[in-house]
Amino acid sequence: MTVNGIEQTADPVGPESLLTTLRDRLGLYGSKNACEQGECGSCSVILDGELVCSCLVMAADADGSEVVTVEGIAGGDGLHRVQQAMIEGSGVQCGFCTPGIVVAAAHLFATGAPVTADDIREALAGNICRCTGYGAIVRALAALSGEAP
Amino acid sequence: MKTHLPKDLAEALSALESEPEATILAGGTDLMVSVNYQGLRPGAVVGIRRVAELHEWEGRFIGAGVTYTRMEHGPIPALAQSARTVGSPQIRNAGTLGGNLGTASPAGDALPVLAALDAEIVLRSKVAERVLPWDEFITGPKRNALQPGEIILGARLPERIPTGQGFSKIGIRNAMVIAIASCCLFRDEDGRTTVALGSVGPTPVRARRAEEMISAVLQPTPAALEEFQRLVSAEVSPITDHRSTEAYRRHASGVLARRLLERVIN
Amino acid sequence: MTTITRPDRTLDGVGTSMVRPDAPAKTKGEFAYSSDLHAEGMLWGATVRSPHSRARIVSIDVAPALAMAGVHAVLTLDDVPGSRVFGLERPDQPVLADGEARYWGEPIAIVAAEDRETARLAAAAVRVDYEPLTPLSDPEEAEANGSTFRVIEIVNGDETTQGSVVVEGHYEVGQQDQAPLGTESGLAVPDEEGGVDLHISTQWLHVDHEQVVAALGLRTDQVRLHMAGIGGAFGAREDLSLQIHLCMLALHTRRPVKMVYDRAESFVGHVHRHPARMWYRHEADPDGTLKRVQARVLLDGGAYASTSSAVLANACYFAVGPYRCQSVAVHGAAARTNNPPAGAMRGFGAVQSCFGYESQMDRLAEALGMDPIELRLKNALGHGDRLATTGQLIEGSLPTRRVIESLDAMPMLDSESDDPRRLPGGTGLTTPASAVQRGVGFAVGIKNLAFSEGFDDFTEVRAVLTADGLKIGTAAAEVGQGLVSVVEQIARSATGMENVRMVWDDTAHIGSAGSTSASRQTQMTGGAALAACEAVLAEALRRGDGDRLDDRGVWRGDELVVSLADLLTEGPIEHLERFRHPPTEAPDERGRGNVHAGFAVAAHRAVVDVDLELGLVRVVRVDTAQDIGKAINPAAVVGQIEGGIMQGVGLAVMEEIVLDEGVMKNASFTDYLLPTFLDAPEVEAILIEEPDHWGPFGAKGVGEPPAISSTAAVVAAIRAATGKPLTRTPVKPEDIVGL
Repeated sequence: MTVNGIEQTADPVGPESLLTTLRDRLGLYGSKNACEQGECGSCSVILDGELVCSCLVMAADADGSEVVTVEGIAGGDGLHRVQQAMIEGSGVQCGFCTPGIVVAAAHLFATGAPVTADDIREALAGNICRCTGYGAIVRALAALSGEAP
Repeated sequence: MKTHLPKDLAEALSALESEPEATILAGGTDLMVSVNYQGLRPGAVVGIRRVAELHEWEGRFIGAGVTYTRMEHGPIPALAQSARTVGSPQIRNAGTLGGNLGTASPAGDALPVLAALDAEIVLRSKVAERVLPWDEFITGPKRNALQPGEIILGARLPERIPTGQGFSKIGIRNAMVIAIASCCLFRDEDGRTTVALGSVGPTPVRARRAEEMISAVLQPTPAALEEFQRLVSAEVSPITDHRSTEAYRRHASGVLARRLLERVIN
Repeated sequence: MTTITRPDRTLDGVGTSMVRPDAPAKTKGEFAYSSDLHAEGMLWGATVRSPHSRARIVSIDVAPALAMAGVHAVLTLDDVPGSRVFGLERPDQPVLADGEARYWGEPIAIVAAEDRETARLAAAAVRVDYEPLTPLSDPEEAEANGSTFRVIEIVNGDETTQGSVVVEGHYEVGQQDQAPLGTESGLAVPDEEGGVDLHISTQWLHVDHEQVVAALGLRTDQVRLHMAGIGGAFGAREDLSLQIHLCMLALHTRRPVKMVYDRAESFVGHVHRHPARMWYRHEADPDGTLKRVQARVLLDGGAYASTSSAVLANACYFAVGPYRCQSVAVHGAAARTNNPPAGAMRGFGAVQSCFGYESQMDRLAEALGMDPIELRLKNALGHGDRLATTGQLIEGSLPTRRVIESLDAMPMLDSESDDPRRLPGGTGLTTPASAVQRGVGFAVGIKNLAFSEGFDDFTEVRAVLTADGLKIGTAAAEVGQGLVSVVEQIARSATGMENVRMVWDDTAHIGSAGSTSASRQTQMTGGAALAACEAVLAEALRRGDGDRLDDRGVWRGDELVVSLADLLTEGPIEHLERFRHPPTEAPDERGRGNVHAGFAVAAHRAVVDVDLELGLVRVVRVDTAQDIGKAINPAAVVGQIEGGIMQGVGLAVMEEIVLDEGVMKNASFTDYLLPTFLDAPEVEAILIEEPDHWGPFGAKGVGEPPAISSTAAVVAAIRAATGKPLTRTPVKPEDIVGL
């Protein structure tokens, strides 16, 4: 599969999840495991252009696919504007949810279409944060609405 | 673990024929939880998310590979409403109609819609195609009539779908909830009404006595609505579990149905 | 000497909302949590756990597991080299089960294997023969039988005092889980000499160290604990979970060992908030003066002591709340049962009693025919008053009146919307706007700051000035709350240096920073940092013979007299500070004394929309005013407030561990429901700054107060909307509908 634009080969063990393969086989520790059930979004990646929970993707089924993880979301050396907004807007506390939110939010803003605060909340409803109460994250991201991607 | 990743139906069916005990994997949103938490270790997996035919959504037929995200933005409002309540965007991008049928959970979110439409489930194996009414396909809680070597091709809906339709679902929080009770209602201009409920019986429940009663009433009065609600509550068989109680689910079923009817007739 | 005019610039010091230094790495996925650590040649650990809430362990057969390829160790209690028991308050918890499993999920044995899958299979292969016993699941039965960790009696004032208006009630608080997103995890690396380095997420590095050293039977210098990146805590990391297990496996196999609990295991791997049953009787004069409060508080401590003693004490000391009261009698008990152990969670007992006393205050107001806010103002506790329970004189600031008045004066912000996502039921489309009833609730809470009852509470910080800048070294846990910014900002304001970094020293290189809990670190580690920095500044100015310091060096007036590099040619300037707060004392036999180091109050006003027919609740707003002393970093304070309120809302409407004879029925995020983005209320916060009597710049801890009265305010709002008495939290739809 292609991970963050780079061809990677991995040998998943049995039906292990893509999350496990990314972390334990490919050394990409950015995607997090907080529930391994699809209930928290901290493992979010973009798989073939769609936002999914990597803990629910069987790695073997990702053969030939394109995967973008938090490590590749900025597509270069700098920061994605979502990352910049989270940093400046105090949207990060312990940060365990942050990679998943960065991926989900980057995906939401990828088209540049304007979104309301309620749209942001619904788009990120699969990402749990236990520290921030969500307020700072919504404020930080709402400022990006309608900006050119 | 042997892995087959067929790209079309013929390939998929051949794989299933050669490995009748293989685990079928679509979006993985149910299966991978069993892998991650119940030590499920299949000997063979047939991953069907690339099978082109399963993505078809043409007229009456919705392919088993159609995701909740597609249903959410699709042309059937009740189905779109139910799909919007499923999990999260991540889950909706992966989970499929076929998966909902395959898992056959009493709480499956698309199932009350299929039940209210009297949908037929199309099954295909290498040698044959079978079409079963939804209530012959779903045989019990998390049980279905799929045979080894068979795949769910999709659901076939009726020719005419009433424009009056709606879906609602109760959960304790506003995202990622397993329904405590859910309801889907269709009503056409002649008053013919169907209503199906989820999470209040071992399989989706059609409240047929309630349907019969309200179908005969073209312009329901408050008393008729109340009677409709009472009949729906009487026809469900909910349980008490860690999510909710039998009494609440019974009460909620009737309220949801009545409110859907009000929504549709107003 | 060239005169260099000092540029006029603002430091990222105290009072600014500077960006936290670890944020960029966290957004890139580069910040290393304890679960991200790995080492060459490492093994994976796994734990065998009891499937019974109470059982005699007849035998443990490890042979089937040891026989498996790739399995390097299977250890039981007999393999514990040192102390076989551990515990925060008393060592009553066996490292591995000691012949009896006393709670569902109790660790029985541990394994180390080549990979995670083999470890899992090996754990499943260990054959344990159990004789199930009848668990003690009812805390009331436990109390009646004397099965308790602590019993407290507090009596203050004249027992014959009466009030003519009386309200009495029973209240219940369900069991909440801290559910930090980062589960329990760590990496233990053995050295070549029989010692071990443990990289761990924890709230208190040194107390973990003590217990690990004791269990391993090693010298303190043979065991080094290193703080790894922490994915939240909220009390879940105060007790040991896998620390001793990891070290045992590493020492036994002589390989590095990593262990990560999955979410289901995490639910049993840490303690939970104490569920509470309370009875209250409030008596007042017709003018609203609170005359007498009697309370009985029963907490379910579960199978082992953890911090039940201190949690119970807190619940009882704050049983009256932030109010004056002439006569008080509180009886409290922490029961020992076969339920999963309970311990620290944000609020630490004060949450439970707040639900009780604030419910009572609303009922009392109704009985008096008085406005509920007027009643609270009338009795509000402040500086110079005495806490009703302990009789302690309140020496620091306590602007309860101002907090209540400010919040009451805040205009009710517009929160109307047609969007279905804003209605009860959300996208479930259950509820037309016509079916919605709005309600407003108000509640006030009080919390102590730092440790109490005579505990020797201190923090060590080492400030080191080199040509590379100022480093503040500490073992204090940054769990997400923003201590890293607070410390750096204090260091900047204290010294004038911009180039400041907080660094984490391990147990071999610095003394204890105490726990990241009890809302203490801003005052304690901040206080230590301030003192250490002031000492370094004084020495720098003495050495450089100047009156100001910054990144360039020492200045006298507008002249740079010594560059930083030159200042430090004779060596770095460092100062090790061990900071203590004003002493506290253990209470007398009637619960009285100067028990606490300081206090903070907060008030919450909740607005809820309720679907009366379905019992569904949307928490629309929770506004607040909080007594914070001084905002070191205002954005971080607001972050703690919004996060704490969200947890309070969770306890009000959705979070509860469901037990059946001691077995958890919902140990997963599917069924233990945490609030999502779509469940968050709008929050407007007023920060009330009245400096406290100790601590850096008068700042108070801010972490817990947001979680204390927010639950009570939300439930009060639901009562207002429904007219139902609702004496239990979390409130369920069936409670509202009355089924």
